[in-house]
Amino acid sequence: MNTASLNPIILSLVTFIPAVGGLLILLIPRRDRDIKLFALVISILAFVASLHLPVHLHRSLAGFQFEIDKPWITSPNIHYHMGIDGISVWLVVLTTFLTPLCVLISWTSIHERVKEFFILLLLLETALIGVFTALDLFLFYFFWEGTLIPMALLIGMYGHGRKVYAAVKYFLFTMIGSMFMLAAIVWLYAKTGSFDFIVIQQAIRTGNVAGFASAAPWLFLGFFVAFAVKVPLFPLHTWLPDAHVEAPTAGSVLLAGVLLKMGTYGLLRFDVGLFPEQARQNAPWIMFLALIGIIYGALVSMVQPNMKKLIAYSSVSHLGFVVLGIFSFTTAGLNGAVFVMLAHGVATGGLFMLAGILYERRHTYTISDFGGLATPMPKYAAFFLVTVLASVGLPMLNGFIGEFLVLSGAFQARPIYGILAATGVIWSSCYLLWMYQRVFFGKVTHEINSTLPDLDLREKSAMLPIALAALVMGVAPLLWLGAIDPAVQAALAPYAQLAAKVVGQ
Amino acid sequence: MTMTAMASMIRFLPAQISMAPPIEDYFRLLPELVLSIFGMIVMVVDPLLDPERNQKPIGAIALLGVLAALASTFTMAAYPGTAFSGMIRVDGFSVFFHVLVIAISTVVILSSYEYMAVQRIRAGEYYGLVLLCTVGMCLMSSAVELVLIFIALEISSISTYVLAGFRRRDAASSESSLKYFLLGSFATAFFLYGVALMFGATGSTNITAIRESLAAGRNDLLPYVAVALMFIGLGFKVASAPFHIWTPDVYEGAPAPIVGLMSTGPKAAAFAVLIRVLIETRAPGWFWLLWVSAALSMTIGNLGALLQDNVKRLLAYSSIAHAGYLLVAFVANPELGTSPAMFYTAAYAAMNVGAFAVVSHFANAGEKYVTLEDYAGLGRKSPVLAATFTFFLMSLIGIPITGGFFAKFYVLNAALKSGLVGLAIILVLNSAVGAYYYLRIIVMMYMREPRGEVPVRPLPPAAGFAIAICVLVTLYLGVFPGRLLNFTTQSGNQLVRGTATSVPGLQRP
Repeated sequence: MNTASLNPIILSLVTFIPAVGGLLILLIPRRDRDIKLFALVISILAFVASLHLPVHLHRSLAGFQFEIDKPWITSPNIHYHMGIDGISVWLVVLTTFLTPLCVLISWTSIHERVKEFFILLLLLETALIGVFTALDLFLFYFFWEGTLIPMALLIGMYGHGRKVYAAVKYFLFTMIGSMFMLAAIVWLYAKTGSFDFIVIQQAIRTGNVAGFASAAPWLFLGFFVAFAVKVPLFPLHTWLPDAHVEAPTAGSVLLAGVLLKMGTYGLLRFDVGLFPEQARQNAPWIMFLALIGIIYGALVSMVQPNMKKLIAYSSVSHLGFVVLGIFSFTTAGLNGAVFVMLAHGVATGGLFMLAGILYERRHTYTISDFGGLATPMPKYAAFFLVTVLASVGLPMLNGFIGEFLVLSGAFQARPIYGILAATGVIWSSCYLLWMYQRVFFGKVTHEINSTLPDLDLREKSAMLPIALAALVMGVAPLLWLGAIDPAVQAALAPYAQLAAKVVGQ
Repeated sequence: MTMTAMASMIRFLPAQISMAPPIEDYFRLLPELVLSIFGMIVMVVDPLLDPERNQKPIGAIALLGVLAALASTFTMAAYPGTAFSGMIRVDGFSVFFHVLVIAISTVVILSSYEYMAVQRIRAGEYYGLVLLCTVGMCLMSSAVELVLIFIALEISSISTYVLAGFRRRDAASSESSLKYFLLGSFATAFFLYGVALMFGATGSTNITAIRESLAAGRNDLLPYVAVALMFIGLGFKVASAPFHIWTPDVYEGAPAPIVGLMSTGPKAAAFAVLIRVLIETRAPGWFWLLWVSAALSMTIGNLGALLQDNVKRLLAYSSIAHAGYLLVAFVANPELGTSPAMFYTAAYAAMNVGAFAVVSHFANAGEKYVTLEDYAGLGRKSPVLAATFTFFLMSLIGIPITGGFFAKFYVLNAALKSGLVGLAIILVLNSAVGAYYYLRIIVMMYMREPRGEVPVRPLPPAAGFAIAICVLVTLYLGVFPGRLLNFTTQSGNQLVRGTATSVPGLQRP
């Protein structure tokens, strides 16, 4: 069968397979095993369908592909417009890649309200994919807000400890941030008569938007606040550690793996894509905040007694690299930023899964409760080591490529930022390896830990894809960068013109 | 009577008064006639049946009545134009509000169906008053004559005053009824005074004549005062600040299905009247009046709701806030604002009646379970009830795929296009505050452990049907708002331009 014939509908398929599956779960009687199996099948189906995208993507082309553009609502002029380029294609695949693993990792840790859990998880997956595929600002906002309720419920219903506080904090931070984005979107619509990203971008580039010059700084900030909360950029990051620590494992995996990338993707696609001049003007302080995030996140990670909180703050640090890369406006920086997004999704997703596996056995995340785990759990220790090294940025694993590119990009743009950010890499190896040492090496310090069972088949099959992905991405990054680069070049084109204009003056 | 007085009276009488009104006029009034007839049937049947077991048969008759009225709106829509010497007018606008308020009553009757038996309320008067209240609301939307508007307003108000007191065994309900009655009569008196001054200023009580007279532009203070007084009366009905004080107490005491009715039906009808008397007449001087009232309502409603522990009171404050959002559409340029205002009333009705249908089912006998604490763990005890309530709350917050989102969106869009940046910012900030207290209910339902002593009855079919209708309408408006918006845009524009001569179709734009 020639699968290319699927091209016109593939994005709708990939986006809505999980949601339809989630609604079908409603019809399954409350037998937990059936529900889990069905959710697994659906999420794998979505993953397989999403593989169509990188296979059939024309890598050398910069524009949007697999486009679907149908009028949805005529007044206001909203289109069901979807499409992906070399950047978003990988984020879609990352989402569909992580979701089956989330299903696997939740197999035994969720034992009540199982039905609701998997419905929420699959609805969340649809919303996440939708965020990366939507090209109509309205549709984008629609999916963006669509991630809010499922994630808040996942944290609040299935989390631990202060879960309600964490869920409400997460909800309000994101909600208030996105209100500003909505206002900016409505302004753009009021002036251009369209929500279509491409149309608006053209209108702005050709200078056809009345009153744009005076409003643009505010519009830039409106979008920026929504995205910065999500990234999270220092000092808007305070919801993240709470949400992560209290969330169930699958929630943490998707939160770190994909939800945070909604923020960086938004910055890249909309803030940088629509407002080149404002992005350039604001770059210095944004890069500065990113730099603070890198170093501050790393330092706070260092002193965390709680394994999950440590990983959460490491996300603040890693996502700082992404923002730094984006606002360096260099090819290397942007390529690196996108690659870090993917690598961080895989590695940190993996770390959260591993922390969850341990929590299921011991019901604690406290590092000092462990020690010498390598003896009773050798396979677990091995997977943990691969994932930690990937996250640290060891060459040949996926973390290295992205961070290296970001640093070189930042160095080109502002050398001092490159130098300071490079210390973040060192910090990250400190806190992660130190944590690894305390948990796995030495003698078993607590008697209870000496009898912990090693990974079973289900857990191994959840961890193996992570380890493989980390390795393949590290060895053959060009498989990914080959598609990312043209898209990045296109995103940077207006910046090159701007730079030329500045030089010309 | 002297000859001159008689002569002057004859001069005022329109020519066709000597003849009986043509049969088409009755078609234009058909929904009101059907509802009145059924209202009387209900009252007549009531004493014939065993008072302990008549709730369901009488409920069925009332249901039949509203369904017949709903069907008769098609007949009405086929005869656009004025009737009864220009007292009422059938246009897209009035058809829209007829369908809306009758649909609200239908859902309210459905959700009262089992509630009556549980609360042991006498059915005859209850359903009769619901039907008569609907007559009043329908008439409010098609009347184009201030005196008739006033009469219609009184028909609907007096019915709701009585309905608010129907939980006779509960002191709160009597308080609610009395408070609503005293303050309500006071407010309608303001409206009447405004009507009188408007007559004094323009020499007419007919909307079209007032419009022409005002357009002729005598520079006069009187229309300003008239508009302000009429706004006090209507502001009371829509519960906009600073005329909102009654709302929480009345909503707390009144029977829950009736609160569903009160917070949507008379509100929608009063907004319809507000559109007629402010926008269609192009009356002067209400811009800042409504601007301030909108800003106050949004802020007071949302801040007040933050402090509530009773769900009915919380929804009361939320209804004040929503009145504020709606008024923002009024402040916008009429060409842009009328259609969002109409859309908002419909979306708000669907989600709020639905929310109150859930509340009235959950409240149980004697309305015992209405505090936030009682809702703890509802997600475990009754997943369906909790999920639908969450959906309505999402719509009230304004999250996409719900009607509430588009409603708020259109209002925001109209405000920004009209250059009301300040009001738009207040709206956005208030929506953020609003998210918090609605979220509290969701958090209670899903994230707290259930409390054993709060029983949840299985959802009876009629109430389930009522809730299902509201969910479907809210979802439909959230995914395919195009058709309804097209209808409101066309009929709204006709109204604003004074060219309301036909009823636009419901076709896809």
